[in-house]
Amino acid sequence: MSNNDTKAPANKFFTVVKKVVSHQMFIPIMALLILAIVNLAFDPNFFKITLGKNNAGNPILSGPLITILDYGAETAILAIGMTLVTAAAGGQDISVGATIAIAGSAMLRVLCGTNPSPDTIQAPIIVAFLVACLVGIACGAFNGALVSFFKIQPMIATLILFTAGRSIAAWINYNKLPVVPDPKFAYFGGIIPGIPVPTPIFIMLACVIIMALVLKFTNLGLYTQSVGINEKSAKLNGINPIAIKFIAFVILGLCVAVAALIKVSRISTINYSVIAKDIEMDAILAVALGGNALSGGKFNMWASILGAYVFQFLTTTLYKFNIASSALPAYKATVVILLVFFSAPKVREMIGKGFKKMKDSMKNRRHKAATASEGEA
Amino acid sequence: MDKKKLKGGIFNRISDTNLLLCITIVIFLIMYISAIVFLGGGFKKPQMFFNILNNEAPLIITACGMSIVMISGGIDISIGGVVALVCMSCAVYIDKTPGGGNVWVSMLIALGIGLAFGIVQGYLVAYCEIQPFIVTLAGMFFARGMTTIVNTDPFNVENSAFRKLKDTRITIPKMGSYTKKGLYQAAYIEIGVVVAIAIVVVLFLVLRYTKLGRSFYAVGGNPQSALMLGINVKRTKFLSHVICGLMAGIGGYVYFLHVGSGAPSHATGMEMNAIASSIIGGTMLTGGVGNIIGTLFGVLSLSSIQNIVSSAGLGQAWWTGITIGGMLCLFLLIQSIVMWAKKRSLKA
Repeated sequence: MSNNDTKAPANKFFTVVKKVVSHQMFIPIMALLILAIVNLAFDPNFFKITLGKNNAGNPILSGPLITILDYGAETAILAIGMTLVTAAAGGQDISVGATIAIAGSAMLRVLCGTNPSPDTIQAPIIVAFLVACLVGIACGAFNGALVSFFKIQPMIATLILFTAGRSIAAWINYNKLPVVPDPKFAYFGGIIPGIPVPTPIFIMLACVIIMALVLKFTNLGLYTQSVGINEKSAKLNGINPIAIKFIAFVILGLCVAVAALIKVSRISTINYSVIAKDIEMDAILAVALGGNALSGGKFNMWASILGAYVFQFLTTTLYKFNIASSALPAYKATVVILLVFFSAPKVREMIGKGFKKMKDSMKNRRHKAATASEGEA
Repeated sequence: MDKKKLKGGIFNRISDTNLLLCITIVIFLIMYISAIVFLGGGFKKPQMFFNILNNEAPLIITACGMSIVMISGGIDISIGGVVALVCMSCAVYIDKTPGGGNVWVSMLIALGIGLAFGIVQGYLVAYCEIQPFIVTLAGMFFARGMTTIVNTDPFNVENSAFRKLKDTRITIPKMGSYTKKGLYQAAYIEIGVVVAIAIVVVLFLVLRYTKLGRSFYAVGGNPQSALMLGINVKRTKFLSHVICGLMAGIGGYVYFLHVGSGAPSHATGMEMNAIASSIIGGTMLTGGVGNIIGTLFGVLSLSSIQNIVSSAGLGQAWWTGITIGGMLCLFLLIQSIVMWAKKRSLKA
């Protein structure tokens, strides 16, 4: 970088641009900006947030932006854990959707007992949530043990819970669909009376803040990256790779429990085969859109969370254009491929080379023209 | 000490691929024979086995493609989507074109769709160096979305030429059985099974005896040393995805022949079943280890588990999922422990 100082200021500007463009956050932020501009162009009221009242007469903020923040919360929370798992283990957990079903089912079992439609809840909500956390941690620990101790590739290890998870969830409640009678339970996925902002946004913020504090005051981030980059040298430096991978999966298990609370609370019941379907793919794509290498190593948590919101923004935008929900994946896939294509290091290198060639040829032409005119003179 | 050495000797003489293959075949045989002995009933009839083949022919074909991608160190999770897209496109072409479509042209459509997905995904993975998981995940979403764009509602194909091909059955002599009323029923297989077996044989030979087949193993085992051996790593990876796409196209058409309809929900979760059967068959996701015959037995094991669970009187639907998960866990642990033991005996 230092030798750039001696060059012309125009070059300095170029290096700044290059630095910005090559930053990890550039692609997700650009995607958000482009989506925002497209939306603004088609609907000037896109960013308008109105304060209305819901059916129960409680104040509630509404608007596309609030919807995005609200419904992107689960993916963002999962993206936190998924980033850690990806960085430490160099693979992804594809069982999170199924684990959400298990944790949600356990939560409902505690709340409703064996009766599918009780008049009152059978246990305090906090107890149910703690049970869900335990279940989430247990699932995470199971995956983590397979990955770290038995050295099975993460995707394969989590394939076990992916195939068995929804069946286990159905088994916990004997395939009944309990409905939680307490309106307080709906606060977590809806709004708390008197506070107009949807609760999932607060839950998401709490998770992000906790994670930020953990990354700031512990060595977790550093250790995770070193295990992901080179397991052997991390071990030689006194870091226990087995423990780090295990912890990453346990943290993801906790994230799953929180996401399950929101998901179940949104509808106060559960549908074993549909709840959180394909959310693992969304979470993995969020990590990838954030520019994190799926093969592990360095990670940027904030880019992942931003990636989750890019995805939700895209979904909301597509819904606004009246695209049928079943055809949605095709459009999403196209955008994702474009984003990943342009953020791939190899493609950037190729584009950079092409750009340089063009610049060189232009310089050559100018040089030739200059020499030609000199010759004429 | 002597015993240990001897054990190490046997372990070392067998390659990783063959060791895992042997474990798979032994476990499958134990499972199927114990089903015949303890459950009896349907399992005593050979037709039970042929029914498994009839139902799982598309999975066998797609799982073979998946194994090749996994052997060369990649993964392809788009195949379920591609199968659904192939079914829907062929169904729409045959049934909705005026005068009815040609069955042979519909086969070309199936192959074309499969190849197109394989080539695009292979290019992005091999030459643009994007992670295969993301590329094929997007491929899956794209194929699923396209399926509903082609046609939203599921429908059955009524074209007579197609029906004739679909209902063609190949009877197997001397394997039939008598029903409770004493009627003789000949054992039969569908055309798809013949295609599947042909593909298994061809791919097995390709993997074992051709330069391309050996380079799949080399690239999956260690891309850097493969490069030093003078193998074109990028082209090999590209070709593995092309073959997998082609298999998804053929598998899609066989699936179409088996069910005779197009629907957006066709082949849901097929990619995961294909991955699971490849693993049960001894293919490792890290690459470099695997066998097509093992994949065949992986599919058979997976399907037998489902049949055993449903005929063992565990009526509740959730037991199927839980048992398959448990079996998968068992296979993975056995593989992990065996590889660990082998490593240890090599060191000692």
